[in-house]
Amino acid sequence: MTLSRGMRIVLVIFTVLALVFVYTPLALVVLNSFNTSRAFAWPPTDLTLQWWEAAAASQGARDALWVSLQVAALATLISLVLGTMAGLALQRHRFFGRSSVSLLIILPIALPGIVTGIALNNAFRTIFGWDLGFLTIVVAHATFCIVTVFNNVQARLRRLGGNLEEASMDLGAGTFTTFRLVTFPMLRSALLAGGLLAFGLSFDEIIVTTFTAGAQEQTLPIWIFNNMFRPNQAPVVNVVAAVLVLASAIPIYFAQRLSGSTNEGLTGAR
Amino acid sequence: MSAILHRRPGLRLGLLLTPPMLWLGVAYLGALGALFITSLWGQNSFTGEIERSWTLDNFRDLFQLEVYRTITFRTLGIAALVTIVDAAVAFPIALYMAKVASPRVQRLLVIAVLMPLWASYLVKAFAWRGMLSEGGLVAWLAVPFGLDSPGYGLTATIITLAYLWLPYMIIPIFAGLERLPDSLLEASSDLGARSGHTMRHVVLPLAFPALVAGSIFTFSLSMGDYIAVRIVGGTNQMLGNVVYDNVGAANNLPFAAAVATIPVVVMLFYLAAVRRTGALDNL
Repeated sequence: MTLSRGMRIVLVIFTVLALVFVYTPLALVVLNSFNTSRAFAWPPTDLTLQWWEAAAASQGARDALWVSLQVAALATLISLVLGTMAGLALQRHRFFGRSSVSLLIILPIALPGIVTGIALNNAFRTIFGWDLGFLTIVVAHATFCIVTVFNNVQARLRRLGGNLEEASMDLGAGTFTTFRLVTFPMLRSALLAGGLLAFGLSFDEIIVTTFTAGAQEQTLPIWIFNNMFRPNQAPVVNVVAAVLVLASAIPIYFAQRLSGSTNEGLTGAR
Repeated sequence: MSAILHRRPGLRLGLLLTPPMLWLGVAYLGALGALFITSLWGQNSFTGEIERSWTLDNFRDLFQLEVYRTITFRTLGIAALVTIVDAAVAFPIALYMAKVASPRVQRLLVIAVLMPLWASYLVKAFAWRGMLSEGGLVAWLAVPFGLDSPGYGLTATIITLAYLWLPYMIIPIFAGLERLPDSLLEASSDLGARSGHTMRHVVLPLAFPALVAGSIFTFSLSMGDYIAVRIVGGTNQMLGNVVYDNVGAANNLPFAAAVATIPVVVMLFYLAAVRRTGALDNL
């Protein structure tokens, strides 16, 4: 390595500072879920498990969690299908307007969420004539989740090239057989990584959801936002928040197990 | 069927591309187009009904009323500052990860950087609300230095947004720096350049597209945000709040649509401008 010793020390210091900056708020959320004070005064005077019991009994939080899980699962499923198709089309074919198509797939996450939100809100209600509800949330989420799968699929296809598929075709396998026996196995871990990202993205989304959810449907983020400013509910919100912070280790664990290559398309995370 | 597809790649392409294009190209782009058309419609001020006659009133209000100009510039300013803060914080850690850390440490750091992305957006904004509150951690840390917590306001909004989007900046820069061959750094130092010089004339120019790729996220995400500013921004408003209030309470969709075109136009210019740097391949 050619960086000077001084430069490396500076880099270490900045890295440590950045990590402290990143993790302090998260650690605090977890700590505060045990804080006796309703206003989360710092430093906490006493610790309690009372809020965790209250949160476990909260029907609203449980219902919202269930809605969020269902929405995320369906949106992931749709984006896996559409993202794979788009990835295959763009990586295995050359055609006019190819770069515009890839720009179009990025567009739903490149544009501010609020724009996608009101555009879809308006289209669902006035053009399609649908009532806002569970289905509209799924459609909206799938729209911006496609890109995560697409990015992963495309990166994988680009890295592996088309030789194996050509060999399979030369040996007489048809399009579908080749996909089933060659392309899909190559893509499997990329699909899992992309699907995981899509799931996380959908599970966490609030802005587009606000505009595409009906009055009765509450996803977990919407439930949190609605209850955050209610002093009575704040400790319960804090426990839900702590659970979400702790649960974020799960997808990271799976992502690590799945794909040794950590930096493939991970920026499709938003 | 399989044989036909094999012989006709055009048909294969068409079948692969049609479903995603119907979804994104027709439905999504159509929705964006319809939104823009709505922005050119008026609203009856008595009944609140949308009047389907062409008018530029919404845009005229947007440009002429002082309050909207202020909010637009405030939003762009916040987005720019958030991007700068993130770039400044992200660059050293990304450089450390890519060029100094051992493979093991690098792996751990990638996990450490990505994990907060999976922690909920709201939870993180909520955490900053707690930290910046009176008697919160920031005040507790600042008071011994004779300072005080910035409280809820623009500074708090910038800190919170920069915090929220930091991983989106670190990861592209890290990926970009990792692609940078070590031999270039070695060549630079062999030719007598000091670390700082190598940094300025070799690393930064080559990492620039990756940095721009990260800035697309931080800038766009900040520009459309209205929730963080409601949680930590006090009474300040951003463009997102204007859109939100006009869709909800004021029920003036045409005006909301007109406001929403600002971030879209800004982002389209931004994307068009950065396409040349190759940043889009770094996404």
